[in-house]
Amino acid sequence: MGRYFAIRIGRAALTIVLVVTFAFVVLRLSGDPALMILGPEAPPEAIAAFRKAWGLDDPIWFQYLDYFSAIAKGELGRSMRDGRPAIELVLERIPATLALTLPAFFFKVALGVPAGIYAALHRGSGIDRAVMMTAVAGFTVPSFVLALILVLVFAVQLGWLPSGGQDSWRHAILPIATLSLGGAAVLARFTRSAMLEVLGQPYIRTASAKGVPWHKVVTSHALPNAAIPTVTILGFMVGTLIAGAVVVESVFAWPGVGRLLVVAVANRDLAVVQCILLLVAMTMVTSNLVVDFLYGFLDPRLRAKGAHA
Amino acid sequence: MAPLVSIEGLSIAFNDVPVLRGVDLALGRGEALGLVGESGSGKSVTWLAALGLLPRHAKVSGSVRLDGRELLGAPAAELDHVRGGRVAMIFQDPASALNPVLTIRKQLCEALALHRDLQGEAVKAEAKRLLDLVGIPDAARRLSAYPHEFSGGQVQRIMIAMALAGNPDLLIADEPTTALDATIQAQILELLSTIRREMSMAMVLISHDLGVVAENCDRVAVMYAGRIVEQAPSNQLFADPVHPYAQGLIGALPPLDGPRRRLTAIPGTVPDPAHMPSGCAFAPRCALAAEPCGLAAPSLALISDDRTVACIRAEASRRTLLGMAAE
Amino acid sequence: MSAPLVEVSMISRSYSMRSGMFGRATAVHAVDGVSLAIAKGETLGLVGESGSGKSTTGRIVLGLEPPDRGEVRFDGKPMAALGTAAWRTQRARMQMIFQDPLGALDRRLPVATQIREPLDIHGLGTPAEREERVRELLRAVELTPAHGARYPGALSGGQRQRIVLARALATKPDFLVCDEPVSALDVSIQAQVVNLLCDLQAQLGLTLLFISHDLRVVRQISTIVAVMYLGRIVEIGSADDLFARPEHPYTQALVSASPAPGRRSAGRIVLAGDPPNPAARPQGCAFHPRCPRAIARCASEVPALSAVGGNRQVACHLVTGAETRDAA
Repeated sequence: MGRYFAIRIGRAALTIVLVVTFAFVVLRLSGDPALMILGPEAPPEAIAAFRKAWGLDDPIWFQYLDYFSAIAKGELGRSMRDGRPAIELVLERIPATLALTLPAFFFKVALGVPAGIYAALHRGSGIDRAVMMTAVAGFTVPSFVLALILVLVFAVQLGWLPSGGQDSWRHAILPIATLSLGGAAVLARFTRSAMLEVLGQPYIRTASAKGVPWHKVVTSHALPNAAIPTVTILGFMVGTLIAGAVVVESVFAWPGVGRLLVVAVANRDLAVVQCILLLVAMTMVTSNLVVDFLYGFLDPRLRAKGAHA
Repeated sequence: MAPLVSIEGLSIAFNDVPVLRGVDLALGRGEALGLVGESGSGKSVTWLAALGLLPRHAKVSGSVRLDGRELLGAPAAELDHVRGGRVAMIFQDPASALNPVLTIRKQLCEALALHRDLQGEAVKAEAKRLLDLVGIPDAARRLSAYPHEFSGGQVQRIMIAMALAGNPDLLIADEPTTALDATIQAQILELLSTIRREMSMAMVLISHDLGVVAENCDRVAVMYAGRIVEQAPSNQLFADPVHPYAQGLIGALPPLDGPRRRLTAIPGTVPDPAHMPSGCAFAPRCALAAEPCGLAAPSLALISDDRTVACIRAEASRRTLLGMAAE
Repeated sequence: MSAPLVEVSMISRSYSMRSGMFGRATAVHAVDGVSLAIAKGETLGLVGESGSGKSTTGRIVLGLEPPDRGEVRFDGKPMAALGTAAWRTQRARMQMIFQDPLGALDRRLPVATQIREPLDIHGLGTPAEREERVRELLRAVELTPAHGARYPGALSGGQRQRIVLARALATKPDFLVCDEPVSALDVSIQAQVVNLLCDLQAQLGLTLLFISHDLRVVRQISTIVAVMYLGRIVEIGSADDLFARPEHPYTQALVSASPAPGRRSAGRIVLAGDPPNPAARPQGCAFHPRCPRAIARCASEVPALSAVGGNRQVACHLVTGAETRDAA
């Protein structure tokens, strides 16, 4: 068992290192932060001083090592814009983001999973087709289009809800709705196909043949098996709690982590961008780890197979 | 004596394609009936339909009575009581026949809780007794194992234990040994026949393997393209098959000893259920087919006290066979 | 007797496999010291249950897998190294057919194109000659050019296996390895394909290695039959009398387990225990834990395959031991 977890934790750490490295390289090579922050008209002395202050004159591998050793000490650097620690800037935005993504996560699951199960159990019925059509629509329409449509209908046409900002709970409704609908569609499709696959398995027929009433066949035989693939997609959704709302936050001018990221990237505010990426990588990797452990819990076959991994 | 199960005029269609076309079959208490036929002949689907285990879009008509009570269209609660209680069923593929995420104990105890008036510790004790009965070593400990921890033969033993949980009057074994190795197949067949004797349980053994059916059943029904074409006590059927298809199946089986002979292969392939030939479905592949065979499907007719054949050329076919034997 | 076309001497093959959570890697001896000789125009049948190593033996004989030890000689010459030009020339003379014809065919191509493919690859004949050869091959497997125009999905299982056979015959091979070629087919279709294989072998003078778990089919088609258990040959002899008078207790159990119409189950030998596990092979004779007649010596000493009269060879202390006593 220890070996199983050690391998997975090692893999997770490696993933984080790779993500951070990738972000570091891409950002440093794509433009000069001194010029971006101070502007092209800034005097050369100011630019030189800025570079020296931020260590931008050191060789890139030196900056890289420097950055890593700082991270190891828990220092994530300071924003080049206002000099505050990057981690502080990011952390203060997290509650705003979670205010959108947590309720959205709840609605995705509450809508998507039951819809998928119902559709699978009534395959080919009118409701199944309706669920699937809605799901395909929710799946294919990009979230910014959906967001704009919602704004157009509920804010502009009907005037029921505000179109942007963060002043009251009413401002959160449209962003949450946008996030929920897309996610629920993905979950419904996924749950439906997982359920259909399981319902076609011989052990479902075995359960019926031994006289288990149909509702119990569904709850105690089909659902536990269908949960295994569904957990994967749920894990992925947990991973997007922090940074999954970039587009929606931008459209609705919601001051969360996503918007901070967009602004920081535009300004080449390296420390902030890297801090967010590190946070995102850690949430993704952690949720993957949790999914792996859940697998072991849900599927006894994997507990044994882990030995071979 | 009234039969335990009687099936009359059972027909099944999937999306308007008939797969079973009027099957009549009766099964006595404690009797072992074999059903042989190639894939698509309808041997499994007959019993899935009888127990209401087919998908909803299957159209089923006719009648299936258990001790005189009609099963087709019976309320779900009544069917749940019959399934696993009075009639148990085991299937071909041991690898996927048990729920992979539940322990053997859960799956056995579920069946016991449904059909037996047992509580608490008594359920677990009975589950252990059943595993012992079917020859799973170290039963008490193995109860908490999962299906993937057992070999194919052991899973089939567990399936049999689960089938016995409800003390059924009839066990339907659908190709129970097809996926198993020869020596394991022999173990499972031995187990089935011991249990059947001890519990005086009737059995329907569905198999494509004539040898398996011949050795383990009192009576055999041969199916072809959704119908029964011949029915006879098993020793008689194999010594003296009358329907040309039954003859063909036996002739197609290579002998294990004695002189080697060229196999008498039946030409052609099984007809597509969506495009059944008119008249006798076997006529296009039959060496004895004559003009009337294409006109109307022959019905099962008695040729002696306990044998029925659906062939208008049955007499000619018998003569050919006797001629063959005389050679 | 003519010189053997295929000669296998003492081949072994093992894989390493990890078992259990903290398990160490254990060697799985799939094939262990197997020797075989197949004369031109002869069929050697290889029977055994899962884990007996019969398929691995087939792959090694065909050069699809190298043996760890031992040697395979084809037409007097050792097998060329995998992937070399000499190997390709040799390979054109030997072909293989498997249990699942649908898996062996490309669903997106008409089957005639697939029969022609080996001719195109080896550049045999002009395009017109290739077309003619395809028609000839279709006729040889008792199909029509109309079947050739179809896709694999539009053919029955038996017809697909005929197509696979036609393709295997395209390069006029001398040697054919058939691994469970009729196991997935219904009885009546199985008989058609078995008859066809027998006919083609007689017409073309093919040499066959026929691998199957089905004793009846193996006997029908083979001249010599070898029985494998856990990677070793335990008995080998002529097909005509091996199953009629099996000597090795395992062969006896296999024959007894093979159901026969007209015989009731009384007197059947039912072996105890699970199917053999190649990862945990017992000491001594691998069969001894399941053997109803095992003696103390069986648990410690591996019996060698020795001649017991006629062309029969048996690896069993009880059989060869008795033989020695008789001689003494």
